[in-house]
Amino acid sequence: MRAAEDRDPAGLGTARAIGFVAPALLLVGLFLVFPALWTLYIGITDYQLTGPAAAEPSVVGLDNFATALDDPLFANSLWLTALFVLGSAVVGQNVLGFALAWLLRRVRPALRRTVEGFVLLAWILPGPVVAYLWFAVLSRDGGTLGLLLGRPETAWLVEYPMVSLIVFNIWRGTAFSLLLYTSALAAVPPSHLETARLAGAGGWQTVRDVVFPHIRGHVLTNTLLISLWTANDFTPFLLTAGGPNHESEVLPVLIYRQALESGQLGYASAMSLLLLFGNLVVALVYLRLLRRRA
Amino acid sequence: MAGVEITGVSTVYPNGVRAVDALDLRVVDGELFALLGPSGCGKTTLLRTIAGLEVPAAGTVTIGSRDVTRLPPGRRGVAMVFQDYALFPHMTVAENIAYPLRVRRAPKARQREAASEVADGLSLSGLLDRRPGQLSGGQQQRAALGRAVAAGADVLLLDEPLSNLDARLRLEARTFLKRLQHDLALTTVFVTHDQAEALALADRIAVMESGRIRQLGTPREVFQRPADTFVANFIGSTPMNLVEATARDGHVECAGARLPGPPGLVDGTPLVVGVRPEYLAPADDGITGVVSTVENLGVSSLVTLDCPDGTPISLTVPEQHEPALGRTLTVNAAPGRLLFYDAEDGGLLDG
Repeated sequence: MRAAEDRDPAGLGTARAIGFVAPALLLVGLFLVFPALWTLYIGITDYQLTGPAAAEPSVVGLDNFATALDDPLFANSLWLTALFVLGSAVVGQNVLGFALAWLLRRVRPALRRTVEGFVLLAWILPGPVVAYLWFAVLSRDGGTLGLLLGRPETAWLVEYPMVSLIVFNIWRGTAFSLLLYTSALAAVPPSHLETARLAGAGGWQTVRDVVFPHIRGHVLTNTLLISLWTANDFTPFLLTAGGPNHESEVLPVLIYRQALESGQLGYASAMSLLLLFGNLVVALVYLRLLRRRA
Repeated sequence: MAGVEITGVSTVYPNGVRAVDALDLRVVDGELFALLGPSGCGKTTLLRTIAGLEVPAAGTVTIGSRDVTRLPPGRRGVAMVFQDYALFPHMTVAENIAYPLRVRRAPKARQREAASEVADGLSLSGLLDRRPGQLSGGQQQRAALGRAVAAGADVLLLDEPLSNLDARLRLEARTFLKRLQHDLALTTVFVTHDQAEALALADRIAVMESGRIRQLGTPREVFQRPADTFVANFIGSTPMNLVEATARDGHVECAGARLPGPPGLVDGTPLVVGVRPEYLAPADDGITGVVSTVENLGVSSLVTLDCPDGTPISLTVPEQHEPALGRTLTVNAAPGRLLFYDAEDGGLLDG
């Protein structure tokens, strides 16, 4: 009796249980598993958007991958993506999110909630909307930043495309780190912080000796998540479309342009698989670091 | 080495609670001082105010001859052991003990040396490379004490130092703490809600209630002559008998008996008679009642008598002298052990 309950706690029976999860499985299969497998398949073909190869793609094996690894545009994108992830996620969002969480800890709740509200707003607004806002801020013709700095004729997105993207992404994504670190800091025992204060530890010493060891797991998890999100982020396309002259062409933008502007669906699929592979490597490194902690 | 002087200190929380209320207190150099009271009486807030973790709304805190009221905790020359010990889990015992030196950027060798020196005095020498998670409760407490000692502070503050230990270990730790404090002769203030702990450890006790000190004195004074009915109720492992009485002809009438009373009271004045169960013994005349319960306390038993007017009176009797249930017993207090309290404000009357 007990054993039967353990195996079937809901008392549904196998058939009905499958019936309940079937719709979810169907949707997951249709929209996640199938496209992934499909990408895997067309990654080894010369499938194109138009022309003869669109009607009858032929399998070309690993040629697409070899071409990508040899392609200076791909290498350029890889470098820009690394720069984008390091600058805006690993350093930017992480440090700013933590600093805000640390500083907002002791301020009046009303002020804290106001700041958190504004930061969250940047996070929940849809990409095209914030891209348009930043377009207005960075525009050459009367953009807000140019007016503020007294340089109204500066085309920020053209002259400093990567810096603009990195600042934009820090602005947009810091909310997640702020929220995560706020809850992580709440878990640091007050008596530990006070022991450090009584020993005469300053702010930095307290963070290094007391806070960081407590929230190390949160830091790793946060860094992993925001790194992956940033590596796959497509919003840069809305701001610079990869330009000028490929100077801000991060991998998702390159893949999009190869697939839909050049029509090389097979080649673009191969590159997105390489991006997926890169993400996996990063995730494994983080998981290894997390396990070493335990 | 330094005493602590608190003058007119009030500490108010943002929600308006006045946890410490215009309080004056002087802790003498080298003294082991207890802040005792029920939870919510402000004793921990007072300790945190001395530490600098709470800023007083009024008054001054002086340590030695320095006014430290506006100094941050790290520059007051105080060290504190928290109730949960607050050992850093990622550091070894040695690193934990030497932490105050690390903050001051002392050389590594000096840190290690200080840690082993302190650990010697606390019987932690073999455990220096362990993590706090691998220590027993008592060892964790000693490691936390070690860190406080290594800080080289003038004043040691302990928040409920024994409450996280199990009953048997608590007695051991109590003896250890008393000896350690005596050896170091370090001015020490500790907070406890356990009156037995305060009586056993402290040189002097401040009994607190509602942010004020109700009585300040040695354990003997506080135990034998509680200054009011609140303290009388709070101190003692068996609660003191507090019986309503009336003054008449220089005597008091209570629980159907007539006892010698304080002089100079107008006939009919209501008052409260207090006497500890330990100071009552069977006698030829005194309070008479019927034995209703006998509770075994080990070497003695707590006997409760029901007096004719319904008042319960407790006394302790040595083992093997327990009276039978239902027997009528007459008891009286040892000379000078009857205390008289004002029925209105609960204050102790002289006499």
